[in-house]
Amino acid sequence: MNAITATRTPAQAGEMTYLAAISDALREEMRRDPTVFCLGEDIGAFGGAFKVTDGFVQEFGAERCIDAPLAEGAIIGTAIGAAVAGLKPVCEMQFADFISCGFDQLVNVAAKLHYRQGIAVPIVVRLPSGGGFSGGPFHSQNPEAWFLQAPGLKVVAPATASDAKGLLISAIRDPNPVCYLEHKGLYRHVKGDVPSGEHLVPIGEARIAREGEELTVIAYGSSVRLALLAAEELDEQIEVVDLRTLCPLDREAVLASVRKTGKALVAHEATRSCGVGAELAALIADEAFEDLDAPVRRLTAPDVPIPFSPPLEHAVLPQLEDMKEAIRELLAY
Amino acid sequence: METSDASAVADRRIRDVAGVHLTREDRADLLRYMVMMRASEERALTLYKQGKVPGSFYDGRGQEAISVGAAYVLAPEDRTCILHRDLGAHLVRGVTPGRYLANYMGRAGGVTGGKDGNMHFGDRRLGSVGMVSMLPDMALVAAGMALSFKLRGEPRVAMTFFGEGSTANGVWHEAMNFAGIHRLPAVFVLENNRFAYSTPNELEFAVDPVERARTYGFPGVAVDGNDVEAVFEAAREAASRARGGEGPTLIECQTMRMHGHGAHDDMRYVPKEMFARWEARDPIDRYAERLVTDYGFEPEEVDELRRDVRAYVEECAARALESPMPEPEQATEGVFAAAFEPLGDGRAPWSHWRRNGEGSAP
Repeated sequence: MNAITATRTPAQAGEMTYLAAISDALREEMRRDPTVFCLGEDIGAFGGAFKVTDGFVQEFGAERCIDAPLAEGAIIGTAIGAAVAGLKPVCEMQFADFISCGFDQLVNVAAKLHYRQGIAVPIVVRLPSGGGFSGGPFHSQNPEAWFLQAPGLKVVAPATASDAKGLLISAIRDPNPVCYLEHKGLYRHVKGDVPSGEHLVPIGEARIAREGEELTVIAYGSSVRLALLAAEELDEQIEVVDLRTLCPLDREAVLASVRKTGKALVAHEATRSCGVGAELAALIADEAFEDLDAPVRRLTAPDVPIPFSPPLEHAVLPQLEDMKEAIRELLAY
Repeated sequence: METSDASAVADRRIRDVAGVHLTREDRADLLRYMVMMRASEERALTLYKQGKVPGSFYDGRGQEAISVGAAYVLAPEDRTCILHRDLGAHLVRGVTPGRYLANYMGRAGGVTGGKDGNMHFGDRRLGSVGMVSMLPDMALVAAGMALSFKLRGEPRVAMTFFGEGSTANGVWHEAMNFAGIHRLPAVFVLENNRFAYSTPNELEFAVDPVERARTYGFPGVAVDGNDVEAVFEAAREAASRARGGEGPTLIECQTMRMHGHGAHDDMRYVPKEMFARWEARDPIDRYAERLVTDYGFEPEEVDELRRDVRAYVEECAARALESPMPEPEQATEGVFAAAFEPLGDGRAPWSHWRRNGEGSAP
């Protein structure tokens, strides 16, 4: 945990949870820009299923924190219309899983409008994702690969509180549709210093979360935390690249690290086949083959739905011990 | 829909009301845009048959009164999502037949520059957001534009079109429900052209979709979709309600798709007598006749107008044919926007806007 929180402390900063940082980013942008508004299920009087918009109705009024009917297509579709007409909607999917009901609007309307007609669609879709709390197959998914197959969508997945704020502000200011994956397991378990006021983390730039010489773990979202904990416990020369953005991918940061260490482990909680790990393995094989000392390895969930019962879910989601084992194996190769 | 004596009386009364709002030049315009739509689509069909149109070809033959009559009420700052049987609305808002034809041929000079084909376009400089093939989707986008007008307190209207086929899809319900909840300034123009591809009304719904409007909390009105002034009047009233904060309206225009779903569709599923019945109600011939019998136009004047429009479309076609194909390297450009650019305003030829200024509720 310390590895995550021990970042540079800016002049004005406060420690807050990942969840509070998301809330802070939204509040800052809504105070700064009257065109920003929120749209989602139960986000008004109730403050959202995870309380991200707690108190927003009191501060901004019900018109800027709209309780939507239970209709994800309507949330995304009306957000697209409002965006092309000059507003900046931030949609909340109550759970990332529910994006399936609004998928058509996202991938067919929002993603393609600029390519087809030159119309920018500045919407943000917040996606509370990930498992680990017996949410079962419909409240635990990591759907990022769905979006990566839809050209026109940007996809970000912060791992720290500071990035949660900085990437959300950047997403709101971006002229394109941005899928913002916020891992529910990080909401209250990750804390860190978060700059107050305006704080932007550029979309498309990875960060080196830990420096090392022997092996690179490339991760994002919840897997960054696992990688850092594993590296600390193993006390080896492990470098951890936190992707932060999945599209557009920071290829140079990945390749530079792998060229230095010669060994790459890609880790994510999402399922294995055709996922981010597969894409990165292909990228590294294409561009850094000569620098590799070992095959590129992946640590992911297997290709199954996320089961409900704790022992089953535990077996499916990558755990700290799995991460340590995967690192040890690759170091020994 | 058969024309009964009662509906003839109703049509007549609607025309009388519309008469207050339409000048002689407006009426010439309504005919002009309908003829322009038909001539453009006929020209495009020829290009298709000559092998100059990749893919298939889709038109709105017989439905010209709907898109022209409805779009004619719009102010410049209003916004549209126009669908594939609604070329007339694009023409009213300022898209030239040449850019339409070039789009069909996949040319660089088409509205999408070859990125998308046929009627899948919207000119953002004219306040139009182009359709996707999932037809009811645009009802939500229009609702969203209307939401932005409402949140900013602007007296503007978002207008969109869809066929009765779209009303069977869940997205349509989401759009109507959302628009009703927030009393959005949206005008929903439903074109009941009797068939969703080959599926007839009786296999599409048990209750006519216009009846559903009141269950969403706003009025639904049915009009003769082959009477351009009836459509105009219903749309004028709906837009006026929307601008006045009274919420959306669903206008069902009864019409008939006189061509196949696409040029590849031989319409074997349509009874022949049905065509004959609707051919007699052709919106262009009917209106041309009415201009002479009711509004004092000379027959020669109407003929000349029709000839002039066709000559203009022919000139546009020649220009479209000169437009080059897009450069292959453009295929990978434009996926992401570098900056947000607002939509522009559409043309608003209705004399009301010149007489009373933009933004004034008619």
